Amino acid sequence: MTRYIVSRLGITIVMAVLATLVIFLIANTVPGDPVLAQLGDVAASNKEFVAEWRAKFGLDLPLWHRYLIFLYGLIHGDLGISIASQRPVLDDIVQFAPATLELATIGFVLALLVGIPLGIVAAVWRDTWVDHIARVVSLIGVSSPTFWLAFIMLAVFYGGLEIAPGPGQLDPIALAPDRVTGLLLIDTVIAGDWGTFRDAAAHLVLPSIVLAAATLGLITRTTRASMLESIQQDYVRVARAKGLRKSTIILGHVFPNALIPVVTLGGLAYAQLLSGAVMTETIFSWPGLGLYTFRSAAALDFPAIMGITLVVALVYLLINLMIDISYAYLDPRVMR
Amino acid sequence: MNMTFKAELNGAAPDTDTPALKVENLRTQFFTDDGIVTAVDGVSFTVAQGEALGIVGESGSGKSVTALSLMRLLDEPARITAGEVHFQGKDVLAMNPEELRAVRGDRMAMVFQDPMTSLNPVLKIAKQLVETMVVHGRFTPEQAGKRAVGLLGRMGVTAPERAVESYPHQFSGGMRQRVMLALGMSNEPALLIADEPTTALDVTIQAQILDLIRELNRDFGTSVVLISHDLGVIARVCRRTIVMYGGEVVEEGLTEDLLADPRHPYTWALINAVPRIDEVRPSDRRLTTIEGQPPDPFDLPKGCRFAPRCPFRIEKCDSHPDLAEVAPGRKSRCWVTQAGTPLPKKQRHAKAEAEAKAKTEAKTEAKAATPRVIAGRDEAPLLSLRDVVKHFPLPKTGYFQPRRAVHAVDNVDLDVFRGETVGLVGESGCGKSTLARVVMRIHQPDSGEVVFAGQDIARSSQKQIRPLRRRLQMVFQDPYGSLNPRMTVGDMIAEPLRFHGITKTNAETQERVADLLNTVGLNPRVGRRYSYEFSGGQRQRISIARALAVEPDFIVADEPISALDVNIQAQIINLMLDLQEKYGLTYLFIAHDLAVVRHISDRVVVLYLGKVMEIAPADQLFDRPLHPYTRYLLSAVPIPDAVVERERGYLKLDGEPPSSIEPPSGCRFRTRCPLAKEICASVPPPLVEHAPGHVAACHFAGQLQ
Ligand SMILES: Nc1ncnc2c1ncn2[C@@H]1O[C@H](COP(=O)(O)OP(=O)(O)OP(=O)(O)O)[C@@H](O)[C@H]1O
Ligand code: SF4
Ligand code: SF4
Ligand SMILES: [Mg+2]
Repeated sequence: MTRYIVSRLGITIVMAVLATLVIFLIANTVPGDPVLAQLGDVAASNKEFVAEWRAKFGLDLPLWHRYLIFLYGLIHGDLGISIASQRPVLDDIVQFAPATLELATIGFVLALLVGIPLGIVAAVWRDTWVDHIARVVSLIGVSSPTFWLAFIMLAVFYGGLEIAPGPGQLDPIALAPDRVTGLLLIDTVIAGDWGTFRDAAAHLVLPSIVLAAATLGLITRTTRASMLESIQQDYVRVARAKGLRKSTIILGHVFPNALIPVVTLGGLAYAQLLSGAVMTETIFSWPGLGLYTFRSAAALDFPAIMGITLVVALVYLLINLMIDISYAYLDPRVMR
Repeated sequence: MNMTFKAELNGAAPDTDTPALKVENLRTQFFTDDGIVTAVDGVSFTVAQGEALGIVGESGSGKSVTALSLMRLLDEPARITAGEVHFQGKDVLAMNPEELRAVRGDRMAMVFQDPMTSLNPVLKIAKQLVETMVVHGRFTPEQAGKRAVGLLGRMGVTAPERAVESYPHQFSGGMRQRVMLALGMSNEPALLIADEPTTALDVTIQAQILDLIRELNRDFGTSVVLISHDLGVIARVCRRTIVMYGGEVVEEGLTEDLLADPRHPYTWALINAVPRIDEVRPSDRRLTTIEGQPPDPFDLPKGCRFAPRCPFRIEKCDSHPDLAEVAPGRKSRCWVTQAGTPLPKKQRHAKAEAEAKAKTEAKTEAKAATPRVIAGRDEAPLLSLRDVVKHFPLPKTGYFQPRRAVHAVDNVDLDVFRGETVGLVGESGCGKSTLARVVMRIHQPDSGEVVFAGQDIARSSQKQIRPLRRRLQMVFQDPYGSLNPRMTVGDMIAEPLRFHGITKTNAETQERVADLLNTVGLNPRVGRRYSYEFSGGQRQRISIARALAVEPDFIVADEPISALDVNIQAQIINLMLDLQEKYGLTYLFIAHDLAVVRHISDRVVVLYLGKVMEIAPADQLFDRPLHPYTRYLLSAVPIPDAVVERERGYLKLDGEPPSSIEPPSGCRFRTRCPLAKEICASVPPPLVEHAPGHVAACHFAGQLQ
């Protein structure tokens, strides 16, 4: 067990180093001169000024040298200075990440809580009305475009029925709590500010539903498919021949086997949510990584883009590691 | 008998007059998109308290569907559309789901065919055993946990305390089947239904499992329904037998009578299609076969369902016969035998006769025992293996651990002469297929010589071997996997012809392909079809045709008949014998069915954990084995003759072969050998010639009583 986990960990670290190299190379070979984008036409025509700027951001050094500097900086938690905001990229990310983490996690948990049971009942009562409902739900989830869903949600529940709050994390008049974790739900609890807590929670409802939709569709489908697959296995017939109750068979024998692909897919979906949903965050003016990514990309802010990409890569690697480790518990066969 | 096994059960003793199981007119149908399949059609039988009933029949005859119907374990689109199933006097078909659940796994239990897929891979063995005991309220979880260990021990699982804490993938097939049996017996059922419980297992393990079932039947009075396609298995366990064909029972009787004197042509054909291990090789080795296919379940014959294939057919057979009594306690569904006409007896070499022959042979030494072996042993062998070693390295388990390897084949010496058939036998994993692949140079041996037709192919490059490839061909076990599904049969056979430049023009190729298909008994027109359109036996014919295309001298056949029904097996054996006669082919024949090996081989090689244990002319090896392992192996084979089975003493080989990663020192068989002495652990026994052509590797050869 330990050996398995250690070996997965080793692989993850190697992959992480490789990721830094790839990210660095991509960021440095993309066409478009960030300096020109930042300086504006007048300053950009001043050669000396340009050279000074380039030197300031180390853009005049050879590629390998810049990579080493980049790596050295990474080890010291230095992702460089954002060209656009003129602040350390890490500070920017730390500021934007909690909003995304909060939204993504709630959206993901929502998708699991609805998707898995829905997938199970759809498989057990295959081709009945439950199954049809599940199919429609997952179809809507997977296939409706995010911006469309977001607008509909806002239009109906905020604009029309006026039962949900509008975009943003908090009401404009609400007072943000002291920043401890950056997660509003937690910070408001720490501050004991229940009014703001309720406001923050209410603001999460629409965007997290929009965010959950696609994942929910995916999870329902995967759960249903892998339940059906494992229901057909011989050991299920054996379980029936033992005289077990149907609920025991479904939850105790079929589900543990069906869970394996669901975990794989769910983990990747979560990683995707964590890396920031540009569309959802933009529409809901959500100050998260998605929004930050969008702005940085528009400004050709290379240090910021590298920083975000790296964070995203690390999130994926970490989640993959967690998926692998969970296999060790879910599937005894992975360990020889 | 182990006390822990006889549990503290105090269910009311069932009244002994009602049969344990009474099935009447059972009909089970599949309502498929293509139409209705009547898989079980009017089946009736009873199983008395404590009786063991056998069900035999070929693939698709409805055995499994019958068994599943008894417990109502079939899903849509299957439906039981008629009949009654009375279990201990209660109507199973009328039970509500809750009553049914209470019977399943409790009074009535089932063991399934494939132990590899029957256990849940993600749950511990303990949980899988305990839940069935707890759900029926007979044991508390603690009691059940203790009992699980006891049961596994009783079923011959080594280290049961550790075993219950393991997951299924950590066990071999034999061990898993023991777990399945433990599962079946965990609530001490009144009836145990076992559907081909040993089909996936080695013959030695099969013997152990059958012993267990017999003991359960004899010592606990558990009634047994045992389903098998192997008449020997039935003969070993069952008092009474029913034979199924096309979803119907066609014959019923005491196993002994039924095997000795079949009263239905189908039973007759089944019995005559299999060679017997206790029978010397007759001069004409062709087996009795019946032509044609099992009936199409969508379109069953109107009259007797066996009529299209029946050699005794008469006019009356156009109408459907009933199952009627033909002698006291014997029923048959056949117009001919119902009218009292006996079926011809096959010329069998009676046992006494065989023994007498063996005695005279022993006196005159091996000369007579190998009638067909080519005289000129002075000629160089066609294939000669010297000290062949093949190990498969395993991935390292840690950076500092030594590299380990599976010792698949170790120091094998073997000569095969032109025109003979050498059989290769041994338990699974003993290196049979590896040896075959070394001969084919699919694997390169680690060391040693493989000389084919005077050329050492062990060290030659593939290019140097290419000319020899024409002379050396292989036929594989799996008729489903070894043919390319995207090529027509004709193209597949034409491929080697073109590759080796045997035929020049297209017309010539087509002609040759047609010839080859004719040779293996297929209509040349099938060349335009794809392999998936054919049955297992037909596919095996196709792969033989493909092997023959290049006019080889030598064919390595790795389990060519294992996946086939007995009648098809007999057809393929006959085909191989004919071809040998016609073209003077040399065969290296691998099979786990020892009776077939005896029947087809001139000489037989016994392998154990990668080493040769014994080599001898076939009849000599089977009648007078010298190596203890050979003795055990032969003793494990069930004989389709209830009288012989009853009177026969068994040698019981316990346990399973040890790991071939760290094989035992000295003699590899010593961990299971009752004769083992100190020397066996220190000195590997050399292969010593005890009689002309009869070699054995044992310090105490011939001393096992
Ligand atoms: N799921 C199914 N759908 C349609 N037909 C089926 C299905 N399962 C079995 N059958 C048909 O039922 C008949 C009997 O099958 P069954 O499995 O009982 O045969 P069997 O005697 O057990 O054969 P084997 O020796 O191969 O196990 C066959 O004609 C088979 O094609
Ligand atoms: S009834 Fe006729 S066709 Fe059928 S088995 Fe008897 S002899 Fe053969
Ligand atoms: S050498 Fe010894 S251990 Fe090996 S088979 Fe002979 S008696 Fe048994
Ligand atoms: Mg079957």
